[in-house]
Amino acid sequence: MIRVILPPNLRTLAHVDGEVGLELNGTLTQRSLLDAVEAKHPMLRGTMRDHVTQVRRPMVRFFACGEDLSHGSPDAPLPDAIANGAEPFMIIGAIAGG
Amino acid sequence: MSSIRVLVGTRKGAFILTSDGARKRWKVSGPHFAGWEIYHMKGSSVDPDRIYASQTSAWFGQIIQRSDDGGKTWNPPGTKPEELMTPEGMPKGESNMFVYDASPETGKPLMTHQWYDGTQRPWEFKRVWHLEPSLHDPDHVYAGVEDAALFQSKDGGKSWHELAGLRGNDTGPKWQPGAGGMCLHTILLDPNNPERISIAISAAGAFRTDDGGKTWKPINRGLHSQYIPDPNAEVGHCVHRIAMHPSRTDTLFMQKHWDVMRSHDAGDSWHEVSGNLPSDFGFPIDVHAHEPETIYVLPIKSDSEHYPPSGRLRVYRSRTGGNDWEGLTKGLPQRNCYVNVLRDAMSVDSLDPCGVYFGTTGGQVYASADAGDKWKPIVRDLPAVLSVEAQTLS
Repeated sequence: MIRVILPPNLRTLAHVDGEVGLELNGTLTQRSLLDAVEAKHPMLRGTMRDHVTQVRRPMVRFFACGEDLSHGSPDAPLPDAIANGAEPFMIIGAIAGG
Repeated sequence: MSSIRVLVGTRKGAFILTSDGARKRWKVSGPHFAGWEIYHMKGSSVDPDRIYASQTSAWFGQIIQRSDDGGKTWNPPGTKPEELMTPEGMPKGESNMFVYDASPETGKPLMTHQWYDGTQRPWEFKRVWHLEPSLHDPDHVYAGVEDAALFQSKDGGKSWHELAGLRGNDTGPKWQPGAGGMCLHTILLDPNNPERISIAISAAGAFRTDDGGKTWKPINRGLHSQYIPDPNAEVGHCVHRIAMHPSRTDTLFMQKHWDVMRSHDAGDSWHEVSGNLPSDFGFPIDVHAHEPETIYVLPIKSDSEHYPPSGRLRVYRSRTGGNDWEGLTKGLPQRNCYVNVLRDAMSVDSLDPCGVYFGTTGGQVYASADAGDKWKPIVRDLPAVLSVEAQTLS
């Protein structure tokens, strides 16, 4: 089970308690993971990525396995530890503005 | 007996203030949408329990919320309440999408505007500043957005479509952002003529359509702004707010970046009515519900000093449609007050005597139940107030 942690504001918005669990086949990428999160929780469309361009919103970050994956290609494979659920994929609201 | 509901949008959530018609004792509910900026909430005049809200965040973008029960419960339009009651239930969120119209059929969609450095920059949606429900249909609502454009929904806020003729106006490439962003913040619907809409954009100016939004023209003749290369230019003026009394739709009042202005011909021409104001800089302007020549402004010291002159919070009222102004101070702090009052943060009710309301960046919401003679805070310690809308309920 792929584990995704949403920031508190988005958990409230999507009516989610705790982590989001995903079962996905094939190579796991940032794009396929976010597509699956949005398919499961349509309310989150446009909150993490632009509605049209699908580019990451500037103050949303993606952390996993102790790394900042925000600037990685959306189509690059994500680490195995995320794919096998050992580590969560964390969606973070950037610390900005106090 | 009548009652009043005041919808307050703040930097960190929405609050709803309610009172009976005496307007002495108030209940405060909220925060709704805690932690989010609520730029604006407004109820339909056809169905006052239908309220639209703009919930927004620099982090997570734009959310549209709707209440059909006067603000007790909220849902994103398009999601039925019963769909949220099952464990699998979740809001759908299709109502959050604002996409600029780039189709060739709807005119000449402009894709760039002027940026601070003089270069052209693509339009980029940021947030909804103002929601204006139709005067005839509770499912029809307009949204003024940043970067400046006008959208409408005819299905209760579920889907949004741009009135692209506004950006298609030939002056579009000259529009530029003010310090607060390039926002469309004022939408005036003419109760006598459904084809006529007037809007205002910072910092482009005022525009009007007389054909239901297909074509638009700038209505800025008579505005004089020292901060642009040609002070009398057709566009580029930083209009902060326009107000209109529903019984006299050709008379418009404007609070500009500097100057309080008046038009007798629906904006075709303007003349200054700042008169004896201590400062003619400010943000909101509003009109008494029953006296079309009684108007209210809230002078701010200057464009860099966004607080009342001399640290004294004073509403100024003119009973002559401008030029002759009286300062209203009873119940307002008259020393050490350094708050601001933003453009959408003043409103009137339609009781007699008329109630006047405004909210400050210090989190106070002040009310007057006697047309401004005396003031009292309804609530003192909210987050910074972005918008105030009063509803009169029968």
